[in-house]
Amino acid sequence: MKLYVNQKTAYRSYVINLIAVVLVFLLLKGLMSAGIINSYVAGVCMTVMINIILAASLTLTTGLLGQIALGHAGFMSVGAYSAALLVKHAKDSGVVLSTPDGITPAGYGYFLLSLLLAGVVAAFFGLIVGIPALRLKGDYLAIITLGFGEIIRVIIENVKFTGGAQGLSGIPRLASFDVVFWLTALIIAILFAFVRSRHGRAIKAIREDDIASEACGISNTYYKVMAFTMSAFFAGIAGAIYAQQMAVLGAKTFNFLKSIDILVIVVLGGLGSLTGSIVAATGLTILPEALRSFSEYRMVIYSLALIIVMIFKPSGLFGNYEFSLTHLLSKLRRPKSNTPAAGGESKQKEVTKA
Amino acid sequence: MLKVENLNVHYGAIHAIHGVSLEVHQGEIVSLIGANGAGKTTVLHTISGLKKATSGTVTLEGLDLFSIDPHKIVQHGMAHVPEGRRIFSEMTVMENLEMGAYIRKDKAGIDADLEKIFHYFPRLRERSKQLGGTLSGGEQQMLAIGRALMSQPKILLMDEPSMGLSPLLVKEIFHIIGQLNRDGMTILLVEQNAKMALSIANRAYVLETGNVVMSGNARELLEDDKVRKAYLGA
Repeated sequence: MKLYVNQKTAYRSYVINLIAVVLVFLLLKGLMSAGIINSYVAGVCMTVMINIILAASLTLTTGLLGQIALGHAGFMSVGAYSAALLVKHAKDSGVVLSTPDGITPAGYGYFLLSLLLAGVVAAFFGLIVGIPALRLKGDYLAIITLGFGEIIRVIIENVKFTGGAQGLSGIPRLASFDVVFWLTALIIAILFAFVRSRHGRAIKAIREDDIASEACGISNTYYKVMAFTMSAFFAGIAGAIYAQQMAVLGAKTFNFLKSIDILVIVVLGGLGSLTGSIVAATGLTILPEALRSFSEYRMVIYSLALIIVMIFKPSGLFGNYEFSLTHLLSKLRRPKSNTPAAGGESKQKEVTKA
Repeated sequence: MLKVENLNVHYGAIHAIHGVSLEVHQGEIVSLIGANGAGKTTVLHTISGLKKATSGTVTLEGLDLFSIDPHKIVQHGMAHVPEGRRIFSEMTVMENLEMGAYIRKDKAGIDADLEKIFHYFPRLRERSKQLGGTLSGGEQQMLAIGRALMSQPKILLMDEPSMGLSPLLVKEIFHIIGQLNRDGMTILLVEQNAKMALSIANRAYVLETGNVVMSGNARELLEDDKVRKAYLGA
């Protein structure tokens, strides 16, 4: 019996998952060029991907670390404004970011640069908020993030360079579907790898029992701050994509309700499950759009759906379950792989679930 | 090996530990016994850095333990089996053991130690894929000990390993503690179950309201009239 997976299994699962992502991408592109996905649906797809990043990043704090954070929209807005200001500045100083034919290479470059900047700025704020809050035991993070989200919103509304209460407009639309798709896939892959890494397991151990984790030699504060900062980093990136998709920003978008929306996605999907947050982000973004024709009952149906899930599946849709393509495929190939005879390999998969 | 000198600990204004000194030599089992609230766990928590002392020193092979962060103490060869087991209940038995080896990077050594732990606790091997929270109390205690052993300690601090276990399981756990000691592990054992603790230990300290009132050879303490009256119900 061994603790570690062999490298071959790990590589194989990377390849299988990559192939799956490529297939989904080709399918979406095919549907787009066939005209089945029109620009409205493509826009919804973008929102879905932004929400996936937001929810998956919050899962790090709320699911993996087990701390409630109520200011995720704050980190998103910090990222959105930093990215927007950067690309606006580039455009004003004469860089050709896009032509009527599409986005120029410089445009792509600035887009990626703006995402990095957004992530770093958001992570910096995450660090400032996280260090004092996470040194303590208990739920101080919820209160501090709640305050942070509101403070950021009020500041953005009242300073000049963010456009104040009027908002920021004329942001170049640099978020193209292809790039955002691959970014989302990459971020999800990073998060999955992180959760399963030694660091991810250390964070989980802190959630389970902070005295025992310290006794195992884990630095609780370091890892708590690390998880929260990463969470803020990716929220900033989601904000940057959002800014360059919408082309206008208003501080009101990033209010307390937005933070709650993201939290609802995470809770609905299952606190410990990245799979759950991806599925729930997709569902909860599409549902209100699909219900547009019954506009007056929209919120009723939306809240009803939430209540029903919470009654019948209190741990969220997926609980702690993570979907694993490799696992599914090997199950399909050997339907009776649960027998001890097939022991060796399936045991290793239990450990990684890659 | 482990030396506690003149330890004073306060909880707010309450003076919980009054100048406790004790010593654990290489290869020994030393028991710290006493009634509820005598300060046994406080002493242990202070040694492992979970509680700050007001004054006094704790040294492990000459190293001042108060000068290092609590989470780094385990790197210096001291592992703590906490009171109430505190296993990671949402992780599998395997993952729990893996967390115990968190500070180590030598994969071959880790795998070898894993085998050793499954040798001490065959029950854990059977349950290796089960979630920690689904284990029985005795199995959780075994897992907690196994997890501590995974860090390759030189000395093991155990806090009430008999807590909440049936007499039969207490016997089994103590049997394994004895076996660990014969295989060379130094152990500081904090116990309310004085009879078991004294029968297994080389030496013992009796703690009463924060003071060491008696200490010495465990067998002699087991025969001592005062100890028998106060802790052994005879």
